Amino acid sequence: MLKVDIRKRLAHFELDVAFETGNDIIVLAGASGAGKTSILQAVAGLSHPDSGTIALNGRTFFDSGGSSGRPLPARSRNIGYLFQDYALFPHMTVERNIYYGVSKTHLAAARPVVGQLLGVLGIGHLLGKYPHQISGGEKQRVALARALAAEPELLLLDEPLSALDEETREECQDELLRLHDLWQIPFLIVTHSKSEAEKLGDRVLRLKKGLIVEESRGTMEETPAE
Amino acid sequence: MDLQPLLLSAKVAAISTVIVFVLGVFLAHLFAKRQFFGKSVLESLFLLPLVLPPTVVGFGLLIVFGKKGWIGSWLLETFDIQIVFTWTAAVIASVVVSFPLMYQSAAAAFENLDGKLEDAARTMGASEWRVFRTVTFPLAWPGLLAGLVLSFARGLGEFGATLMLAGYIPGKTDTMPMAIYFAVESGQMEKASFWVVIITALGFSIILWLNWWSRRNLRRFAADRR
Repeated sequence: MLKVDIRKRLAHFELDVAFETGNDIIVLAGASGAGKTSILQAVAGLSHPDSGTIALNGRTFFDSGGSSGRPLPARSRNIGYLFQDYALFPHMTVERNIYYGVSKTHLAAARPVVGQLLGVLGIGHLLGKYPHQISGGEKQRVALARALAAEPELLLLDEPLSALDEETREECQDELLRLHDLWQIPFLIVTHSKSEAEKLGDRVLRLKKGLIVEESRGTMEETPAE
Repeated sequence: MDLQPLLLSAKVAAISTVIVFVLGVFLAHLFAKRQFFGKSVLESLFLLPLVLPPTVVGFGLLIVFGKKGWIGSWLLETFDIQIVFTWTAAVIASVVVSFPLMYQSAAAAFENLDGKLEDAARTMGASEWRVFRTVTFPLAWPGLLAGLVLSFARGLGEFGATLMLAGYIPGKTDTMPMAIYFAVESGQMEKASFWVVIITALGFSIILWLNWWSRRNLRRFAADRR
């Protein structure tokens, strides 16, 4: 269960959002500059809200009214983050990129997980290559595998498909849905594409100047209201 | 021909480069992504030896490390260590004049780094030290190496400040530039020419190699980025 209830002063407006989810795909939609990425960053712990609370499966990430006061550092949150331009490490092979988040003690346990990811995403043949040697769609899949390899409890995706051509984008949308079925963790996806939001989202939260102005159910499946 | 000046210059430049590298990388990394009051004043101070006449730097060093200097007198009284007229003085002079080169190269290297890569590492559970070791440092390495090589070359050629702090004591503080100056002073043109050729050849090969290397790396990095 992910609970987000945060406020943060941004350059031109105040971000003020609250939502929670079980294992759904939540899509944050809206024009660029509406505060979508700021929400992801706050959940990931890469920047912090001014006030509010963020909690995942009972673990408090951030609580401005809490006793400890200090936000949980990004490295301890156990979440996966897919960056807009993937942020693959250019100096590491695909294999080292994917295993970056897997600690040595978990290596044995992680092998089958990664093996399954490689199979589902069809990137097993890329392990020895460097990021600059593979295509955009392949980068996207590698980044996805990397984000999931450490078995996060939540996956954040920032415009995950915006850099891809039409055809690859549709393939990757299907892959995302398949991975979500397999993984059973909440996905929080930022997109500005309306069709993508409707296709991927169990719920779509439309943001405008830092506020959720509309919430709609995605068209993919009928989920009973929580 | 007595090769003492070559060996001494190499020793002084090598030790100075190690100190400058550690110090420069540490401070540049510390300052790279932080804004604080007085930052530009401090940075200007770091770069000052680049624009000051060597005699002024040497004068400043005498005030600090001379027998009656702030640190010099304390060292002399407490540990019976004298800095002036020793090869340690040559190292100190070389550190001070080559530090700006290292700092500038390192600061540029860290500032040009894509912060998302470091963030990606953090979300995958990496500690700040691991982020630095596995992402920041390797990606900044081309810039750091350029700074390292320039600092070494600068250390080899250091004359003015060294003369003021270390003096010219044959067998003790006679680095190559010193040997040249005092050979000319005493009319030993042949000896001077010998060292001029050596030091010019060294400097030329360092710059040549650096140019070749950085061009090769630029190409590789350009390929990585796209």
